Amino acid sequence: MSEYETVIGLEVHCELATATKLFCGCRNEFGAEPNTNTCPVCLGLPGSLPVLNERVVEYALRLGEALQFDMPPQSIFHRKNYFYPDMPKDYQVSQYDEPICVNGALDVAGARIGIERAHMEEDTGKSLHVGGGGRIHDADHSLVDYNRAGVPLMEIVSRPEIRSAEQARAYVTELRAVLETIGISDVKMEEGSMRVDANVSVRPKDREEFGTKVEVKNMNSLRSLGRAIDYEVERQIGLLDSGERVVQETRHWNEEDGRTDGMRSKEEAFDYRYFPEPDLVPVRPTDEMRAVACASLPELPAAKRARLANEWGISEQDVRVLTAVSGLADYAEQAVAAGGAAKDVVNWCTGDLLGYLNETGLAPGALPLAPDGLAELVALVADGTLSRGLAKDVLSECLAEPKRPKQVVEERGLAQVSDEGELGSVVDEILAANPDEVTAYRAGDDKARKKKRGFLMGEAMKAMKGKGNPQLLSRLLDERLES
Amino acid sequence: MADRITRADVQHVATLARVALTDDEIDHLTGELGAILDHAAQVSALDTDGVPPTAHPLPLANVVRADTVRPSLDRDEVLGEAPAAEAGRFRVPRILGEAP
Amino acid sequence: MTAFEVASSVRSGERSAVEVAEQHLREIEARDGEIHAFNHAMREEALAAAAEVDAAVSRHEDPGPLAGVPIALKDNLCTRGVPTTCSSKILDGWRPPYTATVVERVRAAGAVVVGKTNLDEFAMGSSTENSAFGPTRNPRDPSRVPGGSSGGSAAAVAAAFAPLALGSDTGGSIRQPAALCGVVGVKPTYGAVSRYGLVAFASSLDQIGPLATTVTDAALLLDVIAGPDPLDSTAIPSPFARVSPTLDDGIDGLRIGVVEELTDAEGIAPEVVAAVEQAAAALEAAGASVERVSAPSTTYGLSAYYLIAPAEASSNLARYDGVRYGLRVDGADVAAMNARTRGAGFGTEVKRRIMLGTYALSAGYYDAYYGQAQRVRTLIIRDFDRAYERFDALLSPTSPTTAFELGAKTADPLSMYLNDVCTIPTNLAGHPAMSVPFGTGADGLPIGVQVLANALQEPLMFRVARVIEQHAP
Ligand SMILES: [Mg+2]
Ligand SMILES: [Zn+2]
Repeated sequence: MSEYETVIGLEVHCELATATKLFCGCRNEFGAEPNTNTCPVCLGLPGSLPVLNERVVEYALRLGEALQFDMPPQSIFHRKNYFYPDMPKDYQVSQYDEPICVNGALDVAGARIGIERAHMEEDTGKSLHVGGGGRIHDADHSLVDYNRAGVPLMEIVSRPEIRSAEQARAYVTELRAVLETIGISDVKMEEGSMRVDANVSVRPKDREEFGTKVEVKNMNSLRSLGRAIDYEVERQIGLLDSGERVVQETRHWNEEDGRTDGMRSKEEAFDYRYFPEPDLVPVRPTDEMRAVACASLPELPAAKRARLANEWGISEQDVRVLTAVSGLADYAEQAVAAGGAAKDVVNWCTGDLLGYLNETGLAPGALPLAPDGLAELVALVADGTLSRGLAKDVLSECLAEPKRPKQVVEERGLAQVSDEGELGSVVDEILAANPDEVTAYRAGDDKARKKKRGFLMGEAMKAMKGKGNPQLLSRLLDERLES
Repeated sequence: MADRITRADVQHVATLARVALTDDEIDHLTGELGAILDHAAQVSALDTDGVPPTAHPLPLANVVRADTVRPSLDRDEVLGEAPAAEAGRFRVPRILGEAP
Repeated sequence: MTAFEVASSVRSGERSAVEVAEQHLREIEARDGEIHAFNHAMREEALAAAAEVDAAVSRHEDPGPLAGVPIALKDNLCTRGVPTTCSSKILDGWRPPYTATVVERVRAAGAVVVGKTNLDEFAMGSSTENSAFGPTRNPRDPSRVPGGSSGGSAAAVAAAFAPLALGSDTGGSIRQPAALCGVVGVKPTYGAVSRYGLVAFASSLDQIGPLATTVTDAALLLDVIAGPDPLDSTAIPSPFARVSPTLDDGIDGLRIGVVEELTDAEGIAPEVVAAVEQAAAALEAAGASVERVSAPSTTYGLSAYYLIAPAEASSNLARYDGVRYGLRVDGADVAAMNARTRGAGFGTEVKRRIMLGTYALSAGYYDAYYGQAQRVRTLIIRDFDRAYERFDALLSPTSPTTAFELGAKTADPLSMYLNDVCTIPTNLAGHPAMSVPFGTGADGLPIGVQVLANALQEPLMFRVARVIEQHAP
C-alpha cells in the first residue's frame, strides 16, 4: 500500500451570507416554508432577467484578498446547460473561463495549497424524494422547492496539491475559519451552506503523471470527508493492486454504509455547452470596489495565530485550541485587554472555559462571565487572594449564575490567608500534633521526605480550610522542618 | 470543417436538448440541419485570426443591484401554474440520476 | 386615426377613451376572424383601462402621452393574469404572475391594451405561419403573409385594429412585417428598451420596438418605452434624448450611405432596389448627400445569425420542461417527461432551431460555429464603425420582396431565412434601424425602405425616416 501516493483536489461550494439571492431580491434564508422565497427570476419564468447582487461581488473581492488571489480586470458569467428539475432555467449561471478570482493559496499546517480559482454561481433548488425511503433511486416521485434556487455561492477549487485525508480536513478547517472570519459565509457543512467535493486519485510513488481521478460527493461533515477519502483511496489502490483500472466517474459517499457508490451514469453524456450569459454584463473590479470590499477585512486566522503565539508566548498547541473555537480567541484577547495576564487567561480559556463551552454548546460571546470578569479572576490568583483550586470553584459559581469573581469571594469569605503569624502558628500546631511524621521526615531519604512533607502540608491546608496562601504555608513549613 | 451531420448526430443532439423526436422528424432534421450548416460554413471558412469574439453588443460593465429584499411571489399563484404540485412543492416524476 | 390624434383628442376631452376603445374592439370583432392578428383580444380589460383614462381626464389629470390610444402587444410580452403564449402549445394557457416593463410603461402613459397578437412561435420565423394557433394574414391581401415574427402586431396596425403595437425584433421581426404590411416598424438600439418580461428568443439580439402607421406615432411610442430599467442589466442607463421633439428638424447636410451589400444582394427584387434608390434621391433633394458605401462583412450576417440566435435560443428555451408552468406530457421518469413535453409542445421550426443551436454549442463544434460566428459579429461591427465615420445614416431595403403567398416558403427553411438578410446585420451590431413604407411593388403590395443608424442615434434616424415618409409615392 505504501508505494502509492494520494492526490486530492477539493471543490468547496459555500453559500454566501447575503440578505438576498444572487440575481433577485428574494430572501436568502435557510428553513423557510417551501417555495415562499421565489419570484419570476429565481423560478426562471419566461421573460425574467437576472441582476447581479453587489454584495456578492464585494464578498468575492474580500475572499480574493484573504486567499491571495489574483483578480483579473474583467470577469464574466457563463451559462452551464443541463437539464435537472431543481434548476429552474435548466442552465446554471456560473463562471467559466473568466472567473473573478484566480491563482490563490491557503497555508495549511506548514504546507501551501494552491487554489486554482474561485467563482460566483447560483445554487439549485432542493428535491424531496417521496417513497422508497426517500432515496432518489427508489422514490415514486419527487417534490421540488426553489427557495434555495439562486442563492449565491462561491465555488473554491484547490489545485491537486493535497496529499492525505488529514490534510484535506485541515484545508477545509482552515478555509472555513477564513470564510467565517471575513464574514462572507455561515460555513455550516451540516446545513449544507458549505459543501465539499473531493477529486481523488492515486499514483505510484515514483510516477509524475496523475492517476485517473474520481469525484466524490455528498460528504456532510469534516469526519465524513476524511472517511470518504480514506475509503476511496483504499478502493482505488485495491483496484490497481489487482490489475484493474480506475474509472473516471462521480461517486456518492454513503454515510451509513461507509463507502462510495458509483452514480448510476446514464448513457447521456454531459455536455454543458458553456457560452457567455447574454443577460449579464461583465464585472470589472475597480480599485474603489476593492477598497470598499477590503476596508473592514479583519485579521485572518493564520495571522492571528502567529500574533498570539508571539505576543503571549504561548505554545502552538494552545494557539490551535484557542482558535479552533470560533470567538474564543476574541474572548481571550478581551480578557487580556482588561488586564488579565495572557498565559493565565489562555490556561483558563483552553481549560475550564472550553470544557464549559463544550458542555453547554454556548458560544464564547454568550458566556455568563464577561472577559473582564475572567481578567478579575486571574488577578485574584496572581495577587494571592485565591488559590488556583479555589479559583476553579469561584469560576463555576460565576458561570452558574452571573456573578463577578470578587463578589463570590466576598460572599463566601474565600479570600486567601497570607498572614505569616496566623499561618506560622497553624504549622506549629500541626508539627506538634504529628511528632512521628516529623521524625520520619528528618530520618528518611528523599522519597520518604517528599511523602511526609506532602502529608504535613495537606494537614496544614486542611486546618486552613483551603484558604491558606500555599506559597507562604509551604515556606513556613520548610523553615520549621529544616531547623 | 466538420463532416456533414448524420442521423446519429441528430439523435445525440436530441438527447442533449431533451426533445423527443419521431423517426420522421429525425430524417427531416438530418437533411435540413445539414443544409443550414453548409450555409453557416461560410463563416467557418472566414479568416478571423486575431479577431476577438463579440458576445454582446453593449459596452456596459458592473451593473448591480443593492442587497435589499424585494417581495417574493404568492406561492398559491406560482403553484397554480404548475402542471402538478404537492405539499407546497412542484411535483415531478421520479428522477433517475443525481445532479451532475 | 393616428395615435397622435387619439391622444390629443382624449387628453383635451374631445373624445372619450372608452368610445375609441369600443370602436377598435368592434373592428377587431368584425374583421379579425379573417386576419387573425390576435391570439387573445382583451375587451374587458381594454374598456376598464379606457374608463380609467376618461376618469383621469374628468378629474383634470393628464393620463399621459398615449392617453386612450389602443395598443396591441405581441404575445411574447408578459401580462399578469392574461394568457401569454408565444404562439406555442408549450405555453398555452400560461398566465404570468408579472408584467413586462414595457407594458407597465405604455399603461402608465395612458395606452389601452386591446389584445395579444399572433407571432411565429417564440418569434422564430418571418411569416407568422409558425404559430401553433394558425397563421396571420396580411390585411393588404389576405392570401399573403404579413411577415414575421411580429406579423400579428404589424397586421393589427395595418388593419386599423390599433394605431400602435409593440413587437420584438431579433433578426428583423419588427421591420420585415412592417415592410410587408405597409407600416412603420422600429428596432431600437440594443439596451434602449428594457427586455424585462419579453420572453427571450436570443438574448443578445432581442429588442422590443414600436409598430405604427406613421413615423410620428412610432416616435411617440418609442419615447414612452425607452429608458433604463433596474430589472434589466442590459438596459442602457441613459439611452437617448426623446425622439419626437426633433422629428421635423430635417436632414440638411446629413451624409447618407446606401449599403451596397444589403442592396445588391442576390434575391432582392429590382422593384425593391428601385424604391431604395428613389428614397435616396428624395433624401438628396431634401438636402442630404448620398453615396454608396460598402460593408463587406454584412454578407456573412445571415450565416452568423443562424448560429448565434439558435445557440442562445437552445438555452433560453430549455426551461420549458413541464415542471413549473405550461404543458406537461407525462413520462415514466423526469427526463422522459421533459423530452415528451418538449417533443409535443414545440413546433417544427422551434425544434429545428433548438437542435441547430444545441449542435453549434456542443463539444467539438463550439469554436467552428458559435465562436466563429461571434468573431464575424466583430467584423460586422467594425464595418459599420467604418461606415459611420463617413455617414450619419445608412439606407437599404428592409425585405427582399413584397409579401409572399402563404405556404410559399414553408417547405424550405433556408429560403425563409433569406427574408432577413437585410435586417440581421443591425441586430448583430446592436444598432437601431427602422422600416418606412415607400410605395408598392407590381403586385400592389407595400415596399419598405430601411434606415440604419449608429448606436443611440435614434433621433437622427427618425429625422431621416420622417423625410422618407413625406416623400413616399
Ligand atoms: Mg459549481
Ligand atoms: Zn427570486
